[in-house]
Amino acid sequence: MSRSGKDAAQTNSMAVIAPVAGWFLPGLGHFIQRRWIRGFLLMASVFVMFFFGLGMQGKVYSFNTGDLLDILGFIGDLGSGLLYFAARAMDWGIGNIHRAVADYGTKYIVVAGLLNIIAAVDAHHIAIGKKP
Amino acid sequence: MTFELSHFNAALIFALCASVVFGITQRNTARDMFKYGAYCFVLFIGGVIVAAWVMWAIKH
Repeated sequence: MSRSGKDAAQTNSMAVIAPVAGWFLPGLGHFIQRRWIRGFLLMASVFVMFFFGLGMQGKVYSFNTGDLLDILGFIGDLGSGLLYFAARAMDWGIGNIHRAVADYGTKYIVVAGLLNIIAAVDAHHIAIGKKP
Repeated sequence: MTFELSHFNAALIFALCASVVFGITQRNTARDMFKYGAYCFVLFIGGVIVAAWVMWAIKH
């Protein structure tokens, strides 16, 4: 394969690997492309949102086919990748919400996932050369 | 580990995290990222304050 062919193949694979890695572990999509500061800031932001949400006793949604908002909450939570799976494995965020501030926590956890999806898309854009 | 944040502190932390992500992902240079992130942060907190006063005005 020629050098330009190799570069193109590498770009194509990174265009898939970077967003998947970034979804799985917040910031990883940027780390593997040597964007250390951006990756660290994105990782810190998503982690803070997620764990502050858990600290406020927010709810972690599980897969469901009921209320639309519950389905959207699950999709949002899933955006955190490994953090979501760890929370489910450790039974974090289960149980009834009985404090008003827990509602903030639930929203924190959902938004952490959504922010991580934005970050993963950004990793993809870096991989395809759309941004530096 | 559980903790309680005041409403304003919760809004502050939310705004900070969201602004950092928005700034990094929506701009290309470090300077522009910082400026846009700060702009988003001001809008978030300003919006919270404005909304709070609107709710106060409606109540009174």
